[in-house]
Formats: sequence, structure tokens, C-alpha cells
Amino acid sequence: MPDMGPKKTPAVELDPLERRKDFREVSLGYTDQEMARREAERCLNCKDQPCVSGCPVNVRIPEFIQRIKAGDLEGAYRILRSTSALPAICGRVCPQETQCESRCVRGIKAEPVGIGRLERFAADWGMAHPEALPQTGAAPANGKRVAVVGSGPAGLTCAGDLAKLGYRVTIFEALHAPGGVLVYGIPEFRLPKALVRKEIAAVEKLGVEIHTDVVVGRTISVDELLEGYDAVFVGSGAGLPNFQKIPGENLNGVYSANEFLTRINLMKAYTFPKADTPVRVGRRAAVIGGGNVAMDAARCAKRLGAEDVYIVYRRGEAEMPARAEEVQHAKEEGIVFKLLCAPVEIVGDEEGNVKQMRCVEMELGEPDASGRRRPVPKTGSESLMDVDTVVVAIGNRPDPLIKDTTPGLKTQKWGGIVADEETGRTSKEWVYAGGDAVTGAATVILAMGAGKKAAAAIHRDLQKKEQSGTR
Amino acid sequence: MYPIVKKCRLHETVTHMEILAPAVAKKAMPGQFVILRIDEDGERIPLTIAGHDQEAGTVSIIFQKVGATTRRLDALEEGDALLDLVGPLGKPSDLEGKEGKKIAVVGGGLGIAIAYPQAKALHERGADVDVIVGFRSSSLSILTEELKSACTHLYVMTDDGSNGHKGLVTDALQERLAAGVHYDEVIAIGPLPMMRGVCDMTRTYDIPTVVSMNPIMIDGTGMCGGCRLTVAGETRFACVDGPDFDGHLVDFDEAIIRSRMYRREEAQSMERHENCSLLKQGGPGHA
Repeated sequence: MPDMGPKKTPAVELDPLERRKDFREVSLGYTDQEMARREAERCLNCKDQPCVSGCPVNVRIPEFIQRIKAGDLEGAYRILRSTSALPAICGRVCPQETQCESRCVRGIKAEPVGIGRLERFAADWGMAHPEALPQTGAAPANGKRVAVVGSGPAGLTCAGDLAKLGYRVTIFEALHAPGGVLVYGIPEFRLPKALVRKEIAAVEKLGVEIHTDVVVGRTISVDELLEGYDAVFVGSGAGLPNFQKIPGENLNGVYSANEFLTRINLMKAYTFPKADTPVRVGRRAAVIGGGNVAMDAARCAKRLGAEDVYIVYRRGEAEMPARAEEVQHAKEEGIVFKLLCAPVEIVGDEEGNVKQMRCVEMELGEPDASGRRRPVPKTGSESLMDVDTVVVAIGNRPDPLIKDTTPGLKTQKWGGIVADEETGRTSKEWVYAGGDAVTGAATVILAMGAGKKAAAAIHRDLQKKEQSGTR
Repeated sequence: MYPIVKKCRLHETVTHMEILAPAVAKKAMPGQFVILRIDEDGERIPLTIAGHDQEAGTVSIIFQKVGATTRRLDALEEGDALLDLVGPLGKPSDLEGKEGKKIAVVGGGLGIAIAYPQAKALHERGADVDVIVGFRSSSLSILTEELKSACTHLYVMTDDGSNGHKGLVTDALQERLAAGVHYDEVIAIGPLPMMRGVCDMTRTYDIPTVVSMNPIMIDGTGMCGGCRLTVAGETRFACVDGPDFDGHLVDFDEAIIRSRMYRREEAQSMERHENCSLLKQGGPGHA
């Protein structure tokens, strides 16, 4: 008989006033097996498994939850691993509330099963027991080589899946550390980097080689890769930050969220001067935007000692693209939300440093193309707020490097690579693409889903080529 | 790891290094840069490629000891290695179609190291190249022999007049222009105030002028936007849109302010590293 309690078993979290002083992981998940077992008891083990179809990589959710219920954590971990290359990461950063958990039957009348928390619990158990890693991984080499551009979630997933099928896979990463957005973007307190390194090590264990410090489009071109590899998967992400194009955006103290987070996460600026890379936060920081990246930047600013940190967002809370949990965490940590508020100018002092930000109040009008109500400025509502730092977190576009250096690769007007949603096939033969490079900034799990589909398509297409070639 | 295969001090504060990085050497073109990182706690700094040898698989960098990272870099010796070196980054300089053109390459400070491969490439492509360079004093001059072989005329200026030509590079350029020399193009590479000075002058003579920008950056691939600058009223990224820009359209005042962003932190870093090296030597009083 399943546990019919209406609420999820809560996860253990650090106290907000304590945790905002450092970069330790905020959520500790389920800290003992009993908590996990109790939550697993809430799963009805439905026959038609609606949760699985809500997952972009179709994790076998009820099956792994049943293993947890039975106390078989190794079994649960193996089931997770069979479909997801990065389960400990997904358990932490996936928006379960709009995916698997949104389809959960328990969610109709009460809270859905805490699938994310259970996934994290089983995956963390696996991390702590490396001997349990399924050995089915390395298939016999099939003599074919695939190059993967970018070592973020899309690239790692694509590479891992192909390696399991016997391909020799090489990943090329532009930065000095693999992981993409998992290392430069998502902060330590939400996704510990030691864990990311372990997940990447698991992919390497499948035989995947990772070459860092290689900028595809500069150090080597996609065409050159095609000379040495049977196929190329481009998972280069959406790296180019958008700015608002308002006066004062180039003042000292204005950062793109990318720069702010990269300095902190990848370059470890929070340990400055131990690490050589500095970051400047000051006493008051404003983060422009309402997505997860904005929440990450705001919470980083708080941890770096800013007394007042604001989220400045031109729509209302209901329209915020950030996960409810992230908004909740940010509020608990004392981030102040200035909603229906849009910056119109950043004002500097005589030395060119940010001093103030001029904002205008907004009200919501008719729905726009995105279906959200369009914010309209209220006349005469301008006001000045004192700030030392402004972080612009209003999204990214794909970098033009690969587009500009790969003849025959079609892209959208805004820079995204044109690729088939089901296969990742692009306009160029043997070149596949997926993740943010195709969709624009989205989620880790959607990128993983795209990497997975592309791996399957590459395998099918190469097999077909071989069959037709040998005839 | 990227081994340092050759190191020589050009003078007290400027050092030349050849670093083994075959993939970068294979692709490097004049005007492009690399980003390097010394060790795990190191920052990523951009340095223009001062030369490369495809056969040996090496790229050359020339740097001045100005901050904590360049001091630490200077402390490395042949046989040591850099943890990271990535490139070639940025768009190559536009050197095509310059045969028979009269071009002035103006270099100030460390910019001379970057001006050299450009002058050499233009000279080899049949352009009539005048090189104008400036040093604080003749004892601090670098690359003068190399430059001589890379141009038609070499003009060397010194701040203290120790070589008999006292003045700034802009003075030498002004003198040439006033004497009626016609340049089809001017390339200015060096400190921001120097490039601004050159651009102000060539603007009045209506000579197209290219400058090479070297702002603070992290990734060098368009991701951080830290290297942004205003060109013709638009925000551009030096790493992917440059580093070369039409000097008459660059907002130098803004670029100068942005280059000073971390002055306080740089001083803090320097102090920390100096204390560290003192400790390594046993500290004062223990020697």
C-alpha cells in the first residue's frame, strides 16, 4: 500500500542565513536511506508511466523508484545510468516541476512524488560507490570516430552514448575545464564542481577523450574535423551574452551574467586573492532578469558580501522564467525582488564606475508573442536606485564562430544552428547539432535529450552508410 | 601542458618566450592572440601572438612585467610549462591587397612586439612600409634589428632623446605628414593613449587607421563580454569582432576607463605574490 501523504518528504537544506555566507551546497537532499524510502513509498508505480514521457531522456522513473523502495540502491543507480549520462546533475538542476513531476498522478490532488530528490539520492549513492558503475559501458570498438564540439550537457551525453556503442569519441572544449555551463555557469552552491568532475570522469571511463583549450572555428575548423572523423556533433552552447542597449552599460561594474558567473565559478574569484581572477561586487548589486541565471547571479552577489541584492525584472513574479524553487531560495537568502521594474539607464560616477540605475515602473498589458502579458512603462514613474554593481542576465545567443567558419552550415537569423529536432541533422552532411547551440538558452536536460537523439541518429546514419558502402 | 622552449629577456621588464603549441602555431596569423593560464589558480590573460613557427610548432609571446600574472610568467624558465594556452583567437589582421600601398606602422611600448609581425607581413606582400616606434630610452629598445628588415624606413623615437630623436611616435608621424608624405593607411598598436593620439592626428589628414585593442577578457571566444568596447556607437566584442578596429570609430575614453577596472585588485594581487616570493626566499631577516 503506497504512502498517500499529500506532501513530498522534505529535503534537508542549509539555514538561509548561514548558507548565504559561503558557497557550500544549499540542498543536501535526502540525508539517509529512510527518508528516500519513505518518499519512494509515495510512488504508485503507474502502468502507463506518465512521468517517463515527461523526461527529455526518458529516465525509467518508476523502475528506479521501486528499487529504492526495496532498498536496492545499486539497482536504482544502474537503472538511472542506463538512460542518463549525468544523473547526479539532473537530480539537482532539472526543472522537474515542468517535466516528470508535472505528469505525476499524485500531483493531481497533492504534491507529486519527489522524483528529482530521489534521482539525486540514488545518483549520489552511485558516486559514493564507484565500484557499482555498470561495466556494460565500453562496447567493442567499431573503428569509427566521432568528434564532439563542446563538453557541456549536450556534448557529454552524445559522447557517452556513442562510446557505449563502440565509437571512438573525442570532445573538443574551448575552455580549460570540461563541463560547459555546468562549470562556468551554475554556481557551486547549486551544483558542486567536484560532483561535475566525477560525472565527467565517468564519461571518460567509457573511453571518451576530452581535449581542452581547443576552439573549434579557430584552432581547428569543422571541415578539418570531418577529415579525421566520420561525424561531428556540435554542442557548443549559447555563449554570447545579450545586453539591453541602454546608456551606461559599458560602465565599470556592469557585467554580463556570463562574465560574473564565469569569474566566480570557473575562475574561483570568490577565493581572490588566492585565485588571481578578481570580481567586484560592492555593497549593492542589481541583477537584471528573471531566469535561473539571474537567481544564480543574485545569490552569488549575496555570498560575495553585498548587503543589498536586487532582482530587477520587468514583468511580474508569475511571468518569471526561473524555477519556483530558485526564486524561493533567493528570497530566503534575502534577495529583494523589484518586479514590474525596467532599467532605462545606468549612471556612473566621474571615474566611470556604476553609481545608480534609473528604472521605470511597468504594468502588464496585452499578451505578446510569447503568450506572456507585455510589460508597458508607466509614464512619470522613473526613479533612481543606488547600486555598485549591475549584472545583466537577459539571455544569451549562440556564438558566431562556428557559423562563420563552417561553409554550408545553415543558421537562423539569431544565430542558432538549423537542426532537425529528432535527429540533430544539420544542413551539412555528417554534421549534427543540439542543445543551446540550436535552441538558444534552455535547460541542461533538454540539451542532454538533444545529445542523446543525435547520438542515436549518428549511429543509424553511419550504419546505413556502411551497409550501402559494402554492397 | 604547454612547455616553454625558449625564453629571453629583451630588457629588464620585457620578456620573449617561445611556447610549444603546435595546433596554435599551425593556424596563427598576424593580429591574432592567445589566452594563457599559468597554473590552477591563475587568471586567463590575452597576449598577442608575436610570431610563430609551424615547423617547430611554437608560438612567440612578448610581455611586459606589469601585473601579478606577467611577473609570475616572467619567473618561469625554459623547460617549465604553462597549464593552458588557447588560440589563435580573434580575427587576423586584414593584410590582403596591400601591395604597393604606402603604410605607416606605428608601435608604442609593448605594441611594438605586435607591430613587428604586421610590418613584416606587409613588407613581404610588397607594401611600402614605414615603421615608427617609441621607447622610453634607447636602452629599453626592443626588436630594432628585426624591424629594420621588415620595412622601408624605421623611425625610432625616445622619451629622453637618448638616441638623438626625442619625442613621441605621434611627433614623428606628424613630422612625416607635415612634410607631405602620403600614407594610404596607418596601423597603430600600443597603449590606448598612444593609439588615441595617432587616430586624432590621422583623422585630420583623413587617413584610414587600424588599431589593435587589447582589453581585459576571460574566455576570448565571445562568452563573457568583458572585452566590450564602443565602435561607431555600437557595442562590439574585441575577442570575436576584433581585435583590429577602425581607430577613428573607437571610443577610446571608454576603453581607457574600462582598462582601469581592476587596478585596486591588481595591486592587491601583486602584493600577495611579492609576499609569497619573499616567504619562499626565507623572508626578510632570514636570508
